[in-house]
Amino acid sequence: MTKYIIKRLLGIIPTLLVIITISFFIVRVAPGGPFDGERALPEVVKRNIEAKYHINDPLIMQYGRYMFDVLRGDLGPSYRYKDHDVNFYIFESLPNSMILGVIAISISIIFGITSGMLAALRQNTWVDYLSMAFAVIGISVPLFVIGPVLQYFFAMKLQWLPTSGWFTSGDGWKTVILPAITLAFAHFATIARLTRSSMLDTLRSDYIRTAKAKGMKNSTIIFKHTMKGTMLPIVSYLGPAFAGIITGSVVVEQVFRIPGLGKFFVQSSFNRDYTLIVGVVIVYSVILVIMNFIVDILYSLLDPRITYK
Amino acid sequence: MSNGNSLKTYKNLLEVRDLRTHFKTDAGIVKAVDGISFTLNEGETIGIVGESGSGKSVTNLSIMRLIQSPPGKIVGGEIIFENKDILKLSQRELRHIRGNEISMIFQDPMTSLNPFLKISTQMVETIRLHQNISRKEALAKSIDMLKLVGIPAAEERIHNYPHQFSGGMRQRVMIGMALSCEAKILIADEPTTALDVTIQAQILELIQELAKKLNTAVILITHDLGVVAGMCDSVCVMYAGKIVEKAKTEKLYAHPAHPYTDGLIQSVPRLDKAHDGKLFSIKGQPPNVIDLPDCCPFHPRCHKVMEVCRHHYPPTKDLGDGHEVSCWLYIDKKEHPDA
Repeated sequence: MTKYIIKRLLGIIPTLLVIITISFFIVRVAPGGPFDGERALPEVVKRNIEAKYHINDPLIMQYGRYMFDVLRGDLGPSYRYKDHDVNFYIFESLPNSMILGVIAISISIIFGITSGMLAALRQNTWVDYLSMAFAVIGISVPLFVIGPVLQYFFAMKLQWLPTSGWFTSGDGWKTVILPAITLAFAHFATIARLTRSSMLDTLRSDYIRTAKAKGMKNSTIIFKHTMKGTMLPIVSYLGPAFAGIITGSVVVEQVFRIPGLGKFFVQSSFNRDYTLIVGVVIVYSVILVIMNFIVDILYSLLDPRITYK
Repeated sequence: MSNGNSLKTYKNLLEVRDLRTHFKTDAGIVKAVDGISFTLNEGETIGIVGESGSGKSVTNLSIMRLIQSPPGKIVGGEIIFENKDILKLSQRELRHIRGNEISMIFQDPMTSLNPFLKISTQMVETIRLHQNISRKEALAKSIDMLKLVGIPAAEERIHNYPHQFSGGMRQRVMIGMALSCEAKILIADEPTTALDVTIQAQILELIQELAKKLNTAVILITHDLGVVAGMCDSVCVMYAGKIVEKAKTEKLYAHPAHPYTDGLIQSVPRLDKAHDGKLFSIKGQPPNVIDLPDCCPFHPRCHKVMEVCRHHYPPTKDLGDGHEVSCWLYIDKKEHPDA
């Protein structure tokens, strides 16, 4: 097992190198560039910029220089924002997205698994219909609708919570609640549906019939015999979902004015801010490969049939 | 077990009376089990034979009240075990019977054990559910059971997971687990169907041997008449949710009364009888049991079919010595309806 873990961790390195290389070249293939504007720049300004960012060097040299910097942990200067480099923007905003994401995913796990289990155990009763109706709403209503609706009721009508802002805006933890619920909604819905169908599958399996035939109580059967089997598909969903949620959501950040990482994914692309684009891609990829690794480890812990050598 | 036991006076252990289990489907009501009765005596082995879909498994899941509901429902009848009707027991009383008084083993040993739990966990929990003993004692007892069912190196193997055993070994574990509480009845639902032919005989022998040793009565569900001949004291032949013939095993083989039973016996390949290279088979398909009309369900396939068979289900006739058959051939012509 230890050998497998080391092997997997080492395997992450080439994966990331490939991702970085591909994204480095692909962003430069897209038409336009970071310094193209409505008006042509004066010749002298243009020359200065090109010299500063080595734009006129052969692409392969730019790539080599960039990789060298990345390996030292420096994601380079932003082509758009002059005040700070890419590292600064990422490390300033990522923790905010992580806090929000962890809270949101926790909410969706707790409520998703609970309501999915209840729906499965009370299949075709009002409990089932109610939680699945909720799940359909969660899946089909977009975040930019759920967010403002929550703001309208809980911030404007009831005045319980602030409409927007972040810890720094003076309202403290209260600012986290609405965006976290909004962000949790879609994942809650998927987790609830996954849990329901997975649990129904497990409950219909032969080994649950064996457990019943042994005279076991329903509660023991559910917690001792069905839980692991039920959790497997949810664990594999949660890996990538977790990576996605903690790297921020541009919609939720806009609606609730949160200084998160999500906006950089979109803005950097509009700006052709090459280094920032590749920077956020690297952050997301690192988190994703780590999450997939954790999922695989969890799988082997849950299912004894899976062993790694 | 058929030899010698005939002298012993049997004590009535389980009595199924007019059991009816129906399933509601979109296409209509499936009468999977429709009014069957049989008696199981102490230490006896009875076989229930029939084609797929004849209601064998549903009968036995009904005895344990393990029918998925909905869509299934036991709509009538009684199942008397030790003077109590199982169908009227509370969940608590029912749990006391399941696994303790009546145990069950299933067709597919690959999926019947929980793949996520060690064998030790699964066996110990069964024993501790029904007996007030410590975990350690239960583990020792589980190991003894595994030795009894012929698992080599049981002390180590008990800590393995089901996937580390072969199919035959898993069925042995299932048998050991089912008998770990000295159940009075063992229901074996096609215990060898999913196994290699070479393993089949071993497993059947094991069931037979342990049933004798622990004085357990066995209900053996199978579609294999050869298996029945070797193991069972008496046989019930099921067709479309009903028992069409019931007899002592030797009687049934020597003098099959129902044309269906006759057809089944002739379909068994035999080495000692010359044949022209072709196996006998009953023509036609088993009937669709949705909304069956009140006729003999076998009449479309029967070579002795009469007009009355197409309109009325035959009453049960006792041919003597417990040999019962439901067929118009044995009913006096004068008693036929609208004849």
